[in-house]
Amino acid sequence: MEDIIKVEGVAKGYGKHQVLQDLDIAIKKGECFTLLGPSGCGKTVLIRLIAGHEVPDAGKIIIDETVVADSASGEYIPPERRGLGIVFQDYAVWPHMTVFENIAYPLKMEKRPKEEINELVMKMIEVVGMKGLDKRLPSELSGGQQQRVALARALVADPSVMLLDEPLSNLDANLREEMRFEIKALQRKFGITVLFVTHDQEVALAISDRLAIMDAKGKIRQIGNPYEIFEKPADLFVFKFMGIANFVHATEKNGKFYVGNGNQEIPWEGPKGKAAQWVAGFRPSDVEIHREGPGLKGIIHRANFLGATMDYAINVDDQSLRTEIETHTAINNNLMFKEGEECYITFKALHWFDAEQLKEVEE
Amino acid sequence: MASGTIKKDSGFGIAQVILFISIAILVIFVAWPVLLILFNAFFVDGKFNSMDFYKVLTEPETFQALINSLIIASMTTVGSTIVGTFFAWLVTRTDLPYKTFMKSLFLVPFMLPSFIGALAWKMLLSPHSGYINKWFMSAFNTTEPLFDIYTYHGISCVEVMYLFPFVFIQVCGALERMDPTLEESARISGAGLFTITRKITIPLVLPSIMSGALLIMLYSMAHFGTVAVLGIEQGIYNIPTLIYEKIHESAGSFASIRTGTVLATVLIVSAACIIWAQQKVLSKGHYQIIGGKSFRPMELKLRGLRYPLLFFCLAYIGFTILLPTVVIFMVGGVETYGLPLTWENLSLNNYKYILFEYDVTRDAIFNSVTLGLAAAFITMFAGVMISYVIVKMKVRGKGILEFLGMLPFSVPGSVIALGVILAWSGQFGINIYNTVWIILVSYIARYMAFSLKANSAALEQVHDSLMEASRSCGASMWQSLKDIVIPLVRPGMISAFFLIFLPALRELTVSIMLYAPTTRTIGVAIYTLNEDGETVMSTALAGIALIIIVLGQMFINHLTKKASE
Repeated sequence: MEDIIKVEGVAKGYGKHQVLQDLDIAIKKGECFTLLGPSGCGKTVLIRLIAGHEVPDAGKIIIDETVVADSASGEYIPPERRGLGIVFQDYAVWPHMTVFENIAYPLKMEKRPKEEINELVMKMIEVVGMKGLDKRLPSELSGGQQQRVALARALVADPSVMLLDEPLSNLDANLREEMRFEIKALQRKFGITVLFVTHDQEVALAISDRLAIMDAKGKIRQIGNPYEIFEKPADLFVFKFMGIANFVHATEKNGKFYVGNGNQEIPWEGPKGKAAQWVAGFRPSDVEIHREGPGLKGIIHRANFLGATMDYAINVDDQSLRTEIETHTAINNNLMFKEGEECYITFKALHWFDAEQLKEVEE
Repeated sequence: MASGTIKKDSGFGIAQVILFISIAILVIFVAWPVLLILFNAFFVDGKFNSMDFYKVLTEPETFQALINSLIIASMTTVGSTIVGTFFAWLVTRTDLPYKTFMKSLFLVPFMLPSFIGALAWKMLLSPHSGYINKWFMSAFNTTEPLFDIYTYHGISCVEVMYLFPFVFIQVCGALERMDPTLEESARISGAGLFTITRKITIPLVLPSIMSGALLIMLYSMAHFGTVAVLGIEQGIYNIPTLIYEKIHESAGSFASIRTGTVLATVLIVSAACIIWAQQKVLSKGHYQIIGGKSFRPMELKLRGLRYPLLFFCLAYIGFTILLPTVVIFMVGGVETYGLPLTWENLSLNNYKYILFEYDVTRDAIFNSVTLGLAAAFITMFAGVMISYVIVKMKVRGKGILEFLGMLPFSVPGSVIALGVILAWSGQFGINIYNTVWIILVSYIARYMAFSLKANSAALEQVHDSLMEASRSCGASMWQSLKDIVIPLVRPGMISAFFLIFLPALRELTVSIMLYAPTTRTIGVAIYTLNEDGETVMSTALAGIALIIIVLGQMFINHLTKKASE
């Protein structure tokens, strides 16, 4: 499929603070692409550059085969002529206009005939589930409703691309879940390309066709579909960012890898490639716990009952790791441990990383 | 997106143009006149000469004016701070009856122009012909008046009466916003109310008290009206009145202009120092613990003192506001000044005469209204534009504008008037001296600060993303300004308009230095009629002015109430 947005070698800085550097991203037509990264990593800056609210210091941005910003030639197309739909983090619904007027605004700017505007806006209001609220002012709406108005306004003029900047971060947990499915449904319905920016990995996994992981320095670590990102992390940063992770230091002796400085061999295929020091990374859900061997012998250091799951912190040769097990499974298999009890663990999945990366992430 | 519609953007050029226009407005109206004053003060025959500056400054007359300004300003500051803080504490932290109503009463002095107040007190307490003194002397059969208003004390007392709300309003705000848990936790730790007040409350509101006090200091040093009405008779001049006297008597001779510029320079420097100190105090006192939220503060039970203190407040208001106002309207109703104030002597003839027949006062009312409207309109729009650049735009060279934008806040009225004379009376090709235009120009400079303040506050409420959203919806920069920004800052613009129009109606300090026979304003007419001995006409006009001001204020209150609903 062809690329609808191309970002080539883009850099942007404010004063001495360099936010983005030599950034390349290509977004395919019709996909839902998510930029995922910690707060302050420059995701919003990138979306503002694409929208045209900022001008890149270096590099080129191409939308639909049109160069919209090119620092080399000085080319710059202002936001109003980029034909994008945008949903802002704070909704940016105009407080002095009614729901109808807010949604009608992009059509009015296109000078569409009045009847057409009327028809399109009313249809859009229905699509986002706001029927009957068209004469309300934003101050009379809840946060979620304002969010829907912002969505409708971004979609009404049928843009080729919609940019969403952390649109869910101001909503409460329930509404956030509901809205993310709705955004996905709207995207499918309109066949529109979506660039979504968030720091919430759950939202990103749920909504995206592909996603890019950005680190705090504005560098892209990995681009791929949700399964690739989750199952085959390119590096330790991506692995850690996608959920709670255990890291266990390993010592190499004669081509075998042992936990910490002890003599229990890690029951997983050893790493490929070269590194001075290795760490094994795995998620709590990738750990299987048993009453008896085989496996790594450890001591239950802390047992936490969380309702649906049991959460154990286990010490294996001075290395601490966490695991979780479904409460029912634990009860049925006699796996409800008390603190201080002995246990054995094996792995369902495990990734090897260079220990240098852990230092870098923990900085 | 059709690629055929894509053109190179011209928006960046527009930003530069707006920035340039904004800088030009502030330079022409404010910075240039101030620079001319500094230039004239320090340069003699085109050469820098600080010795001459020193010489002028130490001439007995000039030096005395400096000392007088300092004495009056100090006494006024101390008095206003005590009065303002006490009443602020009373209406926020005690169980005084009718607190909200009392609070609004204490803000009434804001409406009363202090030179009109001074006029009233002159009629009440001038040593020999003041009504109170005359009554006192005949009642106790003495030749010593009860109180002589033509003194430093008299002048300061009158200034305190009309300036204390500056402290009052600041301290009220701080006391209301202060988190009561701070005091409660002190109380839980076993501290008594007196200790809490001394160790917790006062240190927390001290920055607000100081900042209000400095504001009054600045205002009083540069204050013209009260000193002009009450001081000149006894030869008490402060800086602004001496500048006026110098310019007025000598019709613009070089020596008097120089004395004026030297005095004005002193005012500029003191104003700058005071504003710097105020910023310092406020930033140091910017405790996070004074949050933006309103809480229910701890209240002191006044017990038996509740009604005596309420009575005291009412008496204070009655004495400082009601009494002078009544005197103004009554004296404005008698045929000649000095007649006893009895019903038989009162009529509406004077009011009819000054409104419909007397051309001096008719012209004055017309001039003040048209000047006020014009200044308010122009300054409002210029203020929106300049604030927009400062608050919202990202252009190079904005720093210059931010610096220039601070200037109007620190340039006193008499300085503006003198600077405008230097700039606009022909030396630079344009001569509008003796026309209404020079007054208009100086009003714009004088009230720019109000407009900048109201408009930047309104613009800060308009989040950047609102305009970015409209740009992304296909609106150009101008279209977005028209559809989004202007409607949202309209309340700020309207309040700026009235913040300028009302004070301009009663303006005296600037117009007194710039008026010509046909370009008197209301303030000038009241002052000059009084000087010429036309006391009743002068007071009648003052009465009319009070009515216009009160009506205008009620209209604004109505508007702001509607806007906040």
